Amino acid sequence: MNGAEYPSVLKEIIMNEIDRYLISYENFQKTRSEKEPSWIRRIRKDAIERFAHLGFPGPRQEDWRFTRVKPITRTSFERVDGLRSNGLSSGEIARRTFNDAGCHRLAFVDGHYCAELSSQVGSNSGLVIESLADALQRRAALVENHLARYARFEEQAFIALNTAFISDGAFVYVPEDATVVEPIHLVFASSGLPSSTPAIGSATSNLHVDKAGPDAPSTNGNAPRTHPRILIIGEKGSRATIIESYIGLKQDAYFTNPVTEIILGENADVSHYKLQRESDAAYHVAALQANIEKDARFSSASISIGGALVRNDVNVILDGEGVSCALDGLYLGDNRQHVDNHTFIKHAKPNCESFELYKGILDGRSSGVFNGRIYVDPGAQKTDAKQTNNCLLLSDDARINTSPQLEIFADDVKCTHGATVGQLDEAAIFYLRSRGIEENDARHMLIYAFANEVLDRIHLAPVRDRFATDLFEWLSK
Amino acid sequence: MLIIRNLHAEAEGKKILQGIDLEVKPGEVHAIMGPNGSGKSTLAQVVAGHDTYDITTGEVLYEGKDLLELSPEERAWEGIFMAFQYPVEIPGVRNTYFLKSALNAIRKARGESELDAMDFLDLAKDKMRLLNMEESLMERAVNEGFSGGEKKRNEILQMAVLDPKLAILDETDSGLDIDALKIVANGVNALRGPNRAIVVVTHYQRLLNYIVPDFVHVLVGGRIVKSGGRELALELEKQGYAGIEKAAAESRL
Repeated sequence: MNGAEYPSVLKEIIMNEIDRYLISYENFQKTRSEKEPSWIRRIRKDAIERFAHLGFPGPRQEDWRFTRVKPITRTSFERVDGLRSNGLSSGEIARRTFNDAGCHRLAFVDGHYCAELSSQVGSNSGLVIESLADALQRRAALVENHLARYARFEEQAFIALNTAFISDGAFVYVPEDATVVEPIHLVFASSGLPSSTPAIGSATSNLHVDKAGPDAPSTNGNAPRTHPRILIIGEKGSRATIIESYIGLKQDAYFTNPVTEIILGENADVSHYKLQRESDAAYHVAALQANIEKDARFSSASISIGGALVRNDVNVILDGEGVSCALDGLYLGDNRQHVDNHTFIKHAKPNCESFELYKGILDGRSSGVFNGRIYVDPGAQKTDAKQTNNCLLLSDDARINTSPQLEIFADDVKCTHGATVGQLDEAAIFYLRSRGIEENDARHMLIYAFANEVLDRIHLAPVRDRFATDLFEWLSK
Repeated sequence: MLIIRNLHAEAEGKKILQGIDLEVKPGEVHAIMGPNGSGKSTLAQVVAGHDTYDITTGEVLYEGKDLLELSPEERAWEGIFMAFQYPVEIPGVRNTYFLKSALNAIRKARGESELDAMDFLDLAKDKMRLLNMEESLMERAVNEGFSGGEKKRNEILQMAVLDPKLAILDETDSGLDIDALKIVANGVNALRGPNRAIVVVTHYQRLLNYIVPDFVHVLVGGRIVKSGGRELALELEKQGYAGIEKAAAESRL
């Protein structure tokens, strides 16, 4: 093709998509304090360079074959520089997430820590629950030991993008043998307000804009984007439950690009949940990287309800013997929603078990992707891995692409996978109706039953109840 | 109670019922017997409202109403119940939840108050004793992993709880050993009464030793070829369906 891969006009458009972020990065760097440690600047710089090199993933990349990111790349999303008035109350957060009374809570609005909406935990006998911005100032050495060392920004453009813009997010440190009784709730709310920054290239940053006045962000600002960063460290023998919630306050488009790193020491026991309830027009591209050491137990349940385009990458490395890992997922899709779940479990050491159950319910013209990869290292004998993905299609126009990938290089292992795609069982519907249950109720009962297997595995009652309610509302829409 | 006139039904272009006439009055027990493929189960399913079948001619009146106009759930509200030949397994739905939902849906449709969990459980336990059912079955998913006998007992339990006016038992005896058959039959007999009609669809005479019918009808080739009393079933057992089929064919000539 004459050497040139793309016509020059097209090339320019592609360049611009990247350039927009490069310029944004330059401006962002200028706003950072001089006192910031040099290592964090270096990580960001490495990351933006990787991003510039990688570009946005296209359909030719195997991992992105069924998920087109064009709607994200062609929109001028703008980083929000500071916390702005948004009318969010503590009660509203509970209403939009779950009843989190009795939880530690860290709340973020448009990517910035919001003390008013958080319970003030700080640090207590070694336990740390605070914003990443605070942690970067208060305990830079501890953060430096872990931040960006696990999530592979070198290979993944969206992780690189997040890493290039690391400024705030959540930091949780559970010291050796400590048990955090109260669940830790991390809430990331998007106000949906246009960015207050008038244009790319402007160095103005309106920190803490007061209640809406004449200078309130005008509608000619760009749609906002956030890059929440979460770092969770569970030392040897520690125990905790952590919930990430993502909510959108307005129906306008915005882009959430979170990255979570979880590092668990020997015999730690951590349950992780993610509730994705973004607004219908939102884009959500997230990655979770967990590194689990010997005899530790890790579970992560991902519930995905909102968003126009949603991508969840969950990568777990079982990096010591005797690890037990459970990944569960429930995703709902309707209208033109697109939900993509990619999971990767690496059995790096012998005698580990992993259990994975993802279930999707797709209606309207929605589409789903499930890609579950399990990699068993040559040395990881006695691996016990089970993966299941079931999808229920409620309409003729809903689509799912599901592909399990087992790469097994050890010979003494037990690995199973199964995927089913189906519709509601008409025989069961008739059975229920013949007993007096109305057709619609019969359908709902069966959909509920389908989801129930995953719900049963969610041990945090308020989260489970919330989803049960959500599903009911979703079905009654 | 139930009047069927000249009923013709087909599925996927295949004629199955070819002119059924039948009248069932309150308090009566009718047995419908016939060889495989004669249309027995189709008749039961048409009355229950299964939409696989196209009704080409004929009518079904239930308490004076056009039954064919009603949805399956409306038929249940009106007091019709069919015990399935192959009860459907429903993973993820607990038996107790299912049955309580069904009972309350029917009560609601009839303008009656819904039962709360406690009252429902009392009722269900009462009926389970009648059928020698283990209470643990109520906490399991509907029919999932049930043995053949447990499934059939579960059908009769539903019948006992939902208290229909017209019950159709579609091959309830199939796959049951003699002990289970007796238990199921006892359960059905306990539900006999002057206001309830029962239609027993079966291939074998055996069940009728325990549920003694008032009337026996022989269905062959989608038509009732012979009707009679209890003795007809015994006659069938001696002669087999072949004799009846032959006689039916000859009588048509």
